[in-house]
Amino acid sequence: MSENRNTNVVAEPAETPVLAPGHTFETITDKISSIVLTDGISLGWLFLLAISGGVAGVLGIAATYLLYKGVGIWGINIPIGWGFAIVNFVWWIGIGHAGTLISAILLLLKQSWRNSINRFAEAMTLFAVMCAGMFPVLHTGRPWLAYWLFPYPNTMQVWPQFRSPLVWDVFAVSTYFTISLVFWYTGLVPDLATLRDSAKNKVARFVYGMLSLGWRGSARHWHRYETAYLLLAGLSTPLVLSVHTVVSFDFAVGIVPGWHTTIFPPYFVAGAIYSGFAMVLVLAIPIRAAYNLRDFITDRHLDNCAKFMLATGLIVAYGYVIEFFINWWSGNPYEWNNIMNRFHGIYAPFYWGLVAINLGFVNVLWFRKVRRSPIILFFVSVVILVAMWLERFVIVVISLQKDFLVSSWGEYIPTRWDWATYIGTLGLFFAAFLLFIRVLPMISIFEMRDLLPAAKPHEAEVHS
Amino acid sequence: MSHGAPVNVHPVYGLMAEFDTPTDVLLAAKKVYAEGYRRIDAYSPQPVHGLAEAIGFEKNRVAFVCLVGGLLGLLTAYALQVWINLVAYPLNIGGRPLYSWPSFVIVCFELTILFGGLSAAIGMFAMNGLPLPYHPVFNVPQFAAASRDRFFICIESVDPKFEMAATRSFLESLSPESIAEVPY
Repeated sequence: MSENRNTNVVAEPAETPVLAPGHTFETITDKISSIVLTDGISLGWLFLLAISGGVAGVLGIAATYLLYKGVGIWGINIPIGWGFAIVNFVWWIGIGHAGTLISAILLLLKQSWRNSINRFAEAMTLFAVMCAGMFPVLHTGRPWLAYWLFPYPNTMQVWPQFRSPLVWDVFAVSTYFTISLVFWYTGLVPDLATLRDSAKNKVARFVYGMLSLGWRGSARHWHRYETAYLLLAGLSTPLVLSVHTVVSFDFAVGIVPGWHTTIFPPYFVAGAIYSGFAMVLVLAIPIRAAYNLRDFITDRHLDNCAKFMLATGLIVAYGYVIEFFINWWSGNPYEWNNIMNRFHGIYAPFYWGLVAINLGFVNVLWFRKVRRSPIILFFVSVVILVAMWLERFVIVVISLQKDFLVSSWGEYIPTRWDWATYIGTLGLFFAAFLLFIRVLPMISIFEMRDLLPAAKPHEAEVHS
Repeated sequence: MSHGAPVNVHPVYGLMAEFDTPTDVLLAAKKVYAEGYRRIDAYSPQPVHGLAEAIGFEKNRVAFVCLVGGLLGLLTAYALQVWINLVAYPLNIGGRPLYSWPSFVIVCFELTILFGGLSAAIGMFAMNGLPLPYHPVFNVPQFAAASRDRFFICIESVDPKFEMAATRSFLESLSPESIAEVPY
């Protein structure tokens, strides 16, 4: 594994290294663990936590009122029964995908630059999936009965319908969350042991000690650990590709014009990774500036993430073009009506906005200057996140708005409670993330140490 | 030995030697093993490739446990869906067959991944004997650096070849940074 890393570095001398020169085992350990252990709480952090915590409180209010009044407080109706709840569910779960891609697929592909961003990207995944999961549960209207979604023996003698994509979705999302959590925690254990051994505070020592499960770095343990880590990566790889595939089945298995299409699975997965990398950059760029982590999260990392965004963004753009082409080529009047509704209907600005960004604006990422400029890249990422939200709105709302019968057409206007719930989850997400970077190492310490040439035994000496 | 108060046959857990680099610890581990010591362990802040093999570790069953777990998940999902759709709660939807196996594939896949992943992680920790908050090696003050930048080898006193003086002088011959007795 490390052999490849070294040849990579040697073969591309012009490339910025994935770890700034001059670091040792000790400096890496201290730099990352000091953020948690010794740096203390900064005013900026407190300020951001107060804001995002306050915004998360809005979610609390919105959810409480929802429990009191029911889903009627949202703008949903018949025919548009899905509205914001499903738009935001798909958006959030898509964002999670980049975390798993970075931690699992890039590990299998031996991309050493992932080592400094996998930890917080995985945390991002967990928080995004939490926010995502909230929407379908609230959307059931009776969240306290959400456990009915799972198969369990009950006095009503009913069981879930396993031929429905909605049940598949329950399994896909809950498996995704569980495996992401296990993968993330497994990766954390050796670093928690490092924190336990470095902490001066007694409470911190105890808490990190318990969380680290008594990890002591035994060679036998490492051997099993690396196998398990690789297996989890191997299992997460098909999993991450499947989650948004299953989400797309919620649409594609239905017969509604604009949904019933086979391009949905790949195009949903690409869109998910696209928006996920945008969120990774939105988090990474301020973090590396605030905590002075430019040695670990280098310009090359940003550049690589931007390239991922560009590639997946173009796949999404291709999806739009093919969608249009097939609807025209098929000669299906309902499908064509759906396209015309996107072009000219009341939600046309949303559609044209996403086309402008995902077909046009994304191409700024072809320029190295954009990819290497953190501030510009940050704003590009925010714009892309907005565009992907618009895409999900277009898919969910425009298709439901006008189906086969004119008599069943309708309109959907999001209410203030729709917005409050959505914006509230943003607050929850950022508050959770801020807490995470204060109490856990946001960069994988042991995997960063592993990047050093010193981490590799000298073959010649060992075999002599 | 009766089941009364524990009798400490060995006054210490073992002897521990500290090394500076992965190369040093790997060389030393090979020598310790070649010397005939078997109840030994090596400690490092990040995985050192070849170190586990150097101290004679071969039985890594994590992959097997993961496979069994995954297959169990597959079987569980398939059996559950077939039983529910055909026996427990058969629903006629548009006259489609009750045994519509293609629609079972997704949940089969998900539970394969879920059971396999959980087996790999839980199995790994269990086979490693974790969680175990207390271990004698933590009594050595230098050992705090085992999670930072230092590498250790410990020869345990239960090893038949272990003799305090002889083992200590053998460890000294490996030129470690330090040697420490590991108390219980």
